Amino acid sequence: MNRINQKMQEDKKLLSLYFTAGYPELNNTVKIIKDLEASGIDMIEIGLPFSDPLADGPTIQNSSTIALKNGMTTKLLFEQLKDIRKTVSIPLIIMGYFNPMLQYGVEAFCAKCAEIGIDGLIMPDLPLAVYQDEYEAIFKKHNLKNIFLITPQTSDERIKEIDNASDAFIYMVSSASVTGSKTGFGQEQTDYFERIASMNLKNPQIIGFGINNNETYTQATKETKGAIIGSAFIKHLTENGADTISDFVQKIR
Amino acid sequence: MNYNVTEKGYYGTFGGAYIPEMLYPNVENLRKNYLKVMAEPDFKAEFDQLLKDYVGRPSPLYFAKRLSEKYNTKVYLKREDLNHTGAHKVNNTIGQILMAKKLGKQRIIAETGAGQHGVATATVCALMGMDCVVYMGEIDIARQAPNVARMKMLGAEVRPALSGSKTLKDATNEAIRDWINNPVDTHYIIGSAIGPHPYPDMVTRFQSIISEEIKWQLKEKEGRENPDYVVACIGGGSNAAGTYYHFLHEEEVGIIAVEAAGKGINSGESAATSALGKEGVIHGCKTLLMQTNDGQITEPYSISAGLDYPGVGPLHAHLYKSGRGEFYSATDDEAMQSGLELTKLEGIIPAIESSHALAIFKHKTFKPDDVVVISLSGRGDKDLDNYIKYFNL
Repeated sequence: MNRINQKMQEDKKLLSLYFTAGYPELNNTVKIIKDLEASGIDMIEIGLPFSDPLADGPTIQNSSTIALKNGMTTKLLFEQLKDIRKTVSIPLIIMGYFNPMLQYGVEAFCAKCAEIGIDGLIMPDLPLAVYQDEYEAIFKKHNLKNIFLITPQTSDERIKEIDNASDAFIYMVSSASVTGSKTGFGQEQTDYFERIASMNLKNPQIIGFGINNNETYTQATKETKGAIIGSAFIKHLTENGADTISDFVQKIR
Repeated sequence: MNYNVTEKGYYGTFGGAYIPEMLYPNVENLRKNYLKVMAEPDFKAEFDQLLKDYVGRPSPLYFAKRLSEKYNTKVYLKREDLNHTGAHKVNNTIGQILMAKKLGKQRIIAETGAGQHGVATATVCALMGMDCVVYMGEIDIARQAPNVARMKMLGAEVRPALSGSKTLKDATNEAIRDWINNPVDTHYIIGSAIGPHPYPDMVTRFQSIISEEIKWQLKEKEGRENPDYVVACIGGGSNAAGTYYHFLHEEEVGIIAVEAAGKGINSGESAATSALGKEGVIHGCKTLLMQTNDGQITEPYSISAGLDYPGVGPLHAHLYKSGRGEFYSATDDEAMQSGLELTKLEGIIPAIESSHALAIFKHKTFKPDDVVVISLSGRGDKDLDNYIKYFNL
């Protein structure tokens, strides 16, 4: 069974962290992943940096720019991760934008992920229709789960369509925003979380965007399976380097 | 061969809507409605009336006698430079602001490079009393001060794009981010024939007034609707798309595109996307794109801020790949010389973008009885500083 599906069956709320591969230092990738697992994190999104990350705010745009300046490439990331499954057992997801994947070759990219032991992909600008028309068979062949996003503006009909097309979890964007832009959840978000919960979707939901402390983590996971933190963790890495990861995790839960 | 967009938004293998889910409701709403709205009689009437009384259309099709003599062929200039605000851009912003009103939006955002699209957007927002935010790269803000002042005077807020290369590509990223953050009340007026479907088709249709007029104007002057060639410069490609549109399926009309070679195609400082680009995804569409082997988008360069874009509209990528279009590129030097030449021969100072189209004569020889229509997409007022510096005037 795919590690993401296994993880979703555990009887607990999940905390997943995103970081940009190649940031702050080019060769931090494996160390960060190991430290995250040792800190009790349930799942990791490894960010493949892109020059023009249009769904991200300034924090991740900046970490991506620096990672690329440091010399991160798709090939290098795969090289860094080649032995990761000898030591790390939690689900690993690669999150990036579609163009670098397209240039590597979608089939070759997926094959490499399978070889390394990557469990899923989040490609915000690979839309559902294109995925289904052109790439679903390739993802499935390599047992890679494609994770789709929904937002407060996504219609119920579209959410059901995404639920049907998914087989891992649904990435619930907490509010109408790019990453890293909101602080705290208000009534509008609570209503949205409850609305989605009441839809009884077949896939569990994990909330991302806007989670940066224990309070928002607790709010986000009240109605859902878990939460993803990205920008707040990148800020922590910027301010404290890669040696104090457990301090960050302890502040969240 | 079909050069119209397909149901799913493709021109051949190019186009589509590669957008994050956050943009889906807005883009889908636009896709479902744009053709219906454009066909409504009251929409058409208002669009046509504004083009006539506000923009000053039809723009003249001018027989350039001395230029024709110099190159021993018949050259007509389509005078988009005479439009209100000084370029073809306003054809599209008029169309899109009427579209935004029909869709119930109250706030407008736009990206701009040289500031021409920003000015055209700020202008129609003033006209319609709508809020307007224009994203512009920090570097472009510094080098296009008069257009920044114009936008402010027109009531727009100009927000600097501080990320990446701080130019047009990054201004577009910031506008997209704004739309993600403001999904309900805002319409994004994209200025070129780029972006996710239906933008390339919608922008092309609003700009297609250019070739629609060329047809009847040429009929009056030459007794035939179809020229032998239509020539336009291409950055993203909105003036080119409008200039070609009604000739795409007229096989006897040659379609010529001139891209910006910058300091030379192989100089590392160029914006000649068809020569240097590979298929990729930028700003929501699959097209030819200047990028590294690893799929990171590279920085283009051209003396002309309006052609300084690493991609090209998907229609043009299709015209290039299918062979329907002849693609050339002109260097900064060739464009500047051609701009000065038009000024001296015809008394018209062209925008540096349009000067690239005029540089076709440095690359191709036409027959004496060929009728060549060149899109003079904008006027050169905004470029005076560049001309002054370049020629030490």
